[in-house]
Amino acid sequence: MATQKSAQKSTQKITLAKGLNMGLRKAMEDDPKVLLMGEDVGKLGGVFRITDGLQKDFGEDRVIDSPLAESGIVGTAVGMAMRGYRPVVEIQFDGFVYPAYDQIVCQVAKIHFRSQGRVKMPIVIRIPFGGGIGAVEHHSESPEAQFAHTPGLKVVACSNPVDGYWMIQQAIACDDPVIFLEPKRQYHADKAELDESASPEPLFTSRVVKKGTDLTLLAYGPMVKTAMKVAEAAATEGRSIEVIDLRTLSPLDMAPVLDSVRRTGRAVVTHEAHVNLGMGAELSARITEECFYSLEAPVLRVGGFDTPYPPSRIEEDFLPDLDRVLDAVDRSFEF
Amino acid sequence: MTEQSSGFGPDLAEVFGPSQQDGGPELIQLLTPEGERVHHPEFDRDFSAEELRGFYRDMVLTRRIDTEATALQRHGELGIWAQLLGQEAAQIGAGRALRPQDYVFPTYREHGVAWCRGVDPLRLLGLFRGVDQGGWDPDAHNFGLYTIVIGAQTLHATGYAMGMQRDGVVGTGEPDRDAAVIAHFGDGASSQGDVNEAFIFAASYNAPVVFFCQNNQWAISEPIERQTRIPLYQRALGFGFPGVRVDGNDVLATYAVTQAALQRARDGQGPTFVEAYTYRMGAHTTTDDPTRYRLSNDVESWKLKDPIARLEVYLRRNGLVENDFLAKIQAEADELGHTLREGCKAMPDPQALSMFDHVYAEMTPELQAQRDGFASYLDSFEGSAAGGHH
Repeated sequence: MATQKSAQKSTQKITLAKGLNMGLRKAMEDDPKVLLMGEDVGKLGGVFRITDGLQKDFGEDRVIDSPLAESGIVGTAVGMAMRGYRPVVEIQFDGFVYPAYDQIVCQVAKIHFRSQGRVKMPIVIRIPFGGGIGAVEHHSESPEAQFAHTPGLKVVACSNPVDGYWMIQQAIACDDPVIFLEPKRQYHADKAELDESASPEPLFTSRVVKKGTDLTLLAYGPMVKTAMKVAEAAATEGRSIEVIDLRTLSPLDMAPVLDSVRRTGRAVVTHEAHVNLGMGAELSARITEECFYSLEAPVLRVGGFDTPYPPSRIEEDFLPDLDRVLDAVDRSFEF
Repeated sequence: MTEQSSGFGPDLAEVFGPSQQDGGPELIQLLTPEGERVHHPEFDRDFSAEELRGFYRDMVLTRRIDTEATALQRHGELGIWAQLLGQEAAQIGAGRALRPQDYVFPTYREHGVAWCRGVDPLRLLGLFRGVDQGGWDPDAHNFGLYTIVIGAQTLHATGYAMGMQRDGVVGTGEPDRDAAVIAHFGDGASSQGDVNEAFIFAASYNAPVVFFCQNNQWAISEPIERQTRIPLYQRALGFGFPGVRVDGNDVLATYAVTQAALQRARDGQGPTFVEAYTYRMGAHTTTDDPTRYRLSNDVESWKLKDPIARLEVYLRRNGLVENDFLAKIQAEADELGHTLREGCKAMPDPQALSMFDHVYAEMTPELQAQRDGFASYLDSFEGSAAGGHH
């Protein structure tokens, strides 16, 4: 049935929210062991409507409204995975993942290792992340480095509707636990053309989304859109910027990054997360180790400041934006 | 704490009702500390001589595993050991109440339950020796790996039980098909958020799980009074499922109560809380020193409630065992002790490079590169001591 449907309308314009919704639906159609669980994911379809209509079609046993307890959500998902299911859990907002942090770091990440490979943990933990939506505290955070720092987890971030559709299915098919970060600011923002008959790139790969020759700009999740605008603006000043959507944060796919930096000699990393010990620090270290003699300037980082996420009236000052990234580009060229 | 009126307002006990501590809990018991068989209106059942001898053998051998492991730690063969001395009846009673299709989620002290599930006791020692972090196949024994973070496994148990519901193996009426989960934890764990969340999830979904709490009175140095102001089993009511307190030093009562709770779960009637009231006769682990925080009088009084001694008295008094049998069990225990000692010392250390093997189901290129780099580094010591160790 799914094949017929996709054959009838092989391309359509979709939002990220729709892409994720369609991807989840496809994964549930393909594998009866796939279960969704989270707060308000059933009748409501999630606070962002990512699971809209899925409980109606797949039933309450497969789309499970959970009690309000994140550790409980992830901890019971562990048990369901042990029983042979592939749970996909939704953490309602990034800042609510911390009650589940122990289960994620001590259990989800370690059970395969602890059991010497006997017990697999094919769990996807979906986290709407990032700011810019005018929300109250705890609703705008970027916790990716905390999970990328944890061996046993894989961490990815989608940036656009088409990737949302494919990456969520690939994450569900993965036998390792995946922290799946969704830029909530993009959920209902832009539409893109999805061709369901296309073949996606492998999940744990980065992608050059704009070719360039003078500087490599690394971004993921919500910052990819900003990075593209930076490249456009820089082009008007005669600077050719190569933009890479990292897509995977753990493992990192360094090959396209290193290849790019060897050509451009300059790199800027940007993310909403705090700069201190963030993904930018790791990328900077690896680029320096591998491309030392190609570098014309140190790798620069543009991120959220090392403050708690501020009140929303000043969040635009906290978040890296077009101007702050352009400023870093300028500084790179000044070396 | 006082129940009396403060003199500045209404009598609080009158307004809110008496403390649930008043009157004390009912302790379900089928075999007294003196070895007398007593009867209970709900949980009584007949035990065959063979069953009784089986319980006795299980408890004696479990105690020997514990004694040997403690000795192995003292000899430096184990890094640490979590002792179960005194809790044999709670564990054997619960372990023998299981059916093959049931699934166990243990803490790190469930050596007796592991024994009942056919896990080689030598595999338990591996974890405490530091050669692995759980050396048995959980699905081969329906016995999960030891979980060290207190209470975390109660959520896994609940999720596993929710999986059983979805697999259609609950409440079908087929005895060989219907299954349940048992989650082990202690009195200290009852304070953990995860345990309380597990209660909520299990109640909400009516999951087939038995929460089996061995209240051994101590969480390292902290007495039960630091964890709760009411008998633990009474907490279940607040979560919406039944709780019972059983004499955890009475293997017959523990068996009967756990069996009933498991059957209730298998039948689709949801979770039950079983508080097995027992006592940690030893230390928390071999690194602990209980003389710093508890009175030897307490320990002495619990010695009189020993789970093995009371069953032995009952068996002898009723002519259910000959001296031959008891001698045979002792010989078997000696043999087991010998096997454990020799097996433990012979356990090889893992290869250094094995730490990279199971981080992921699908190895990542970057971890592979790190592994290869370390392998080359080790190889650079070829012929030296460091080079020979991978």
